[in-house]
Amino acid sequence: MITELYQVPSEVFLTFILVLSIFLGFELINKVPATLHTPLMSGANAISGITLVGAVSLVGSGDPDLSKWLAVGAVALASINVVGGYLVTDRMLAMFKKKEG
Amino acid sequence: MDNAIQFAYVAAAVLFIFGLKQLGSPATARRGNFISSLGMLVAVVAALLSQGIDYTWILIGFALGGAIGAAAARMVQMTSMPEMVALFNGFGGMASLLVGAAALAPGSSTFTLVTIVLSILIGGLTFTGSLVAYGKLSEKITSAPVLFSAQQLVNGAIVAGILASAVMFCINPDNTLWLYLVIGLSLVFGIMAVIPIGGADMPVVISLLNSYSGLAACAAGFAVDNNILIVAGSLVGSAGIILTQIMCKAMNRSLTNVLFSGFGSGKTEATEVEGEIKPISVEDAYYVLEAASSVAIIPGYGMAVAQAQHVVKELTELMEANGAEVNFGIHPVAGRMPGHMNVLLAEADVPYDQLLEMDDINPRMETVDVAIVIGANDVVNPAAREVESSPIYGMPVINVDSARTVFVLKRSMASGFAGIENPLFYKENTRMLFGDAKESIGGLVREFSG
Repeated sequence: MITELYQVPSEVFLTFILVLSIFLGFELINKVPATLHTPLMSGANAISGITLVGAVSLVGSGDPDLSKWLAVGAVALASINVVGGYLVTDRMLAMFKKKEG
Repeated sequence: MDNAIQFAYVAAAVLFIFGLKQLGSPATARRGNFISSLGMLVAVVAALLSQGIDYTWILIGFALGGAIGAAAARMVQMTSMPEMVALFNGFGGMASLLVGAAALAPGSSTFTLVTIVLSILIGGLTFTGSLVAYGKLSEKITSAPVLFSAQQLVNGAIVAGILASAVMFCINPDNTLWLYLVIGLSLVFGIMAVIPIGGADMPVVISLLNSYSGLAACAAGFAVDNNILIVAGSLVGSAGIILTQIMCKAMNRSLTNVLFSGFGSGKTEATEVEGEIKPISVEDAYYVLEAASSVAIIPGYGMAVAQAQHVVKELTELMEANGAEVNFGIHPVAGRMPGHMNVLLAEADVPYDQLLEMDDINPRMETVDVAIVIGANDVVNPAAREVESSPIYGMPVINVDSARTVFVLKRSMASGFAGIENPLFYKENTRMLFGDAKESIGGLVREFSG
């Protein structure tokens, strides 16, 4: 019977995730052709709007205090980033065509 | 329920990764972007399902931001894409700053305090830095480098101030003065970091700010203890760093040189160039093009300024109908953001397989009858190969001078952004077609069609 498991401290755990994702990011993006640099950038930019998730989790209960308003502001700004970023990337990518025939 | 939410974040991470992977190839890129947006949807819905959230304000915030974002995305002109991306970057940065500040709770651990400071610092400088980049790109402020004496000293003092107040804040988090100092100084630092950088170096700056907006999200993820922010943020962070490296390499300069040298601040050195300028009329240019069987078009920022991409496409079709093979040679830093020219030409319906990268077009340049340079200057400057004293010596360029004939479309004889003489204009096989690029090409189109 295991009574006491060693718990990885959350700082270490989060840093672990950080390091692995950075390496993963380098591998994923290394070979993108120059043609796609702008859409890649604006698509990545939309992903950086993930702060929205953090902001949502901070809006919290109904008590109006400063940090709630900060979080609501963050929700609005991150939404611009997310919605605008994905839509504009899609608009660009819809224009990329291969030569017919 | 909490476990389900965490697993939903894992699913979102997987969708982001597949989405980015598919963004890497033109055939699947659109689907990739869609998959990544699904990932975002999953993550946001999961966050909304956590307990005790006040939906009213979230919905108001989301509706407001979403409407602004959607309207901007729909209305923006393709030529204005660089400033649009800069602006979105800035909003992402500001959102991370706000999340960092809102995450501050009594009794936070030192680790959390450090990550809060980081998300405020990176988010803040991304915000103001992006606003300055936006201003420069949209010409609302001067795109020339802004330099003053003791600039490095002032910047050093700001950095020292940020460090000191960050340390004080972590030691004494109850005193909000330090927090406000960190916020204020980070915002100032963003401005100071971008004003000395000139317009032509913007591809590097936008890539870097893109990376920062990801890293800011990452830091915010640490502050609120959320994995998905860390994963998504670091993916964006590494994407931006890779693009930054590509841009620096394409200019043969180090990142430090781009950020701190105030390159192109108008210090023109007087190099004597041999030869004379030979102008050509639209009519004469037409006779040469009419006889050409292989044409290469090298666009630069001037094509974007003149909004000439559609008329260029028209000319391309006419020359192809006339039996010529037409290709485009795209330099990695042509324009104001990575891939700027590709987007403009895609908008004009030029197929992407007709756009060749520098390394693909250079070997075949000798077989090209006519190379048409439209609003590009430094990226075709042979001084980068030949003149060792030139500031751009060593930068890889498109070797248009090896083509049989070169047409350079240019407004006037003013030197390029970097203030560097371009010996190309004086070469034996170069002809200058002066005037607005759109009008000159329009003239060629009229000659061809009638």
